Amino acid sequence: MKRRKRMPTRSAKLPEPPSFEPPKTLGRDIQAKIGDQLRAMHDDIVKQGVPDRFVELLSRLDKGEGGE
Amino acid sequence: MPIDPTLREGMLAAVPRLRAFAVSLSGNVDRADDLVQETLVRALTSIDSFRPGTNLAAWLFTILRNHFRSEYRKRRREVEDVEGRHTESLRSQPEQMGHVEMAEFREALAKLPPDQREALILVGASGFSYEEAAEICGCAVGTIKSRLNRARNRLTDLMQIESGEDFGPDAATRAILTDRDTGT
Repeated sequence: MKRRKRMPTRSAKLPEPPSFEPPKTLGRDIQAKIGDQLRAMHDDIVKQGVPDRFVELLSRLDKGEGGE
Repeated sequence: MPIDPTLREGMLAAVPRLRAFAVSLSGNVDRADDLVQETLVRALTSIDSFRPGTNLAAWLFTILRNHFRSEYRKRRREVEDVEGRHTESLRSQPEQMGHVEMAEFREALAKLPPDQREALILVGASGFSYEEAAEICGCAVGTIKSRLNRARNRLTDLMQIESGEDFGPDAATRAILTDRDTGT
């Protein structure tokens, strides 16, 4: 179920043990960060609203002018 | 074909979230806008298959997702190019920390398999329930949950590598981490 891919190059350079188990607190911090980043990325686009091209597209389609 | 005003309003209201989803899938705003445009055209072409009163946004997301998946299969190579360009833009703007952090996150996201990425976006950002996400992806709810788990574990791995980089410049550390020929 839980797949753990071996990272081929980092064991030599980073202090993690070879059988890498994420420290629980750091894992939680990063989980929270992932959520924040996801929402930030999402909101970044959402707050741009509806670009004119889509309003115009629907108007053209409404009049039967085709969308392409 | 005349568009029902309520439908038109509903479609336009869904556009910002559709764009955000499309950007997460394709990693590129221009391509995302093309995906959204194609989604709206397809939706209107097959509007008869939409049951009024059901979730219009979820239906549109399904169309967009399926369209992206078929495009992705056709243009796998091009998608990889897009991911490559993310890396470039990251390197060209080292001072803007917020931007770099976001770019790193996008880069990590781009490393996920598409099925894990879309599950993560739909539930973690677009605000769909597990059930809605399962419907959009045409899979079981349990499948969505396990994809989410794998996505979060993989991203955690990728971001823990990033968070270990405090001691040095980004690119240099990345070069160490991804060093392909240590023997030179």
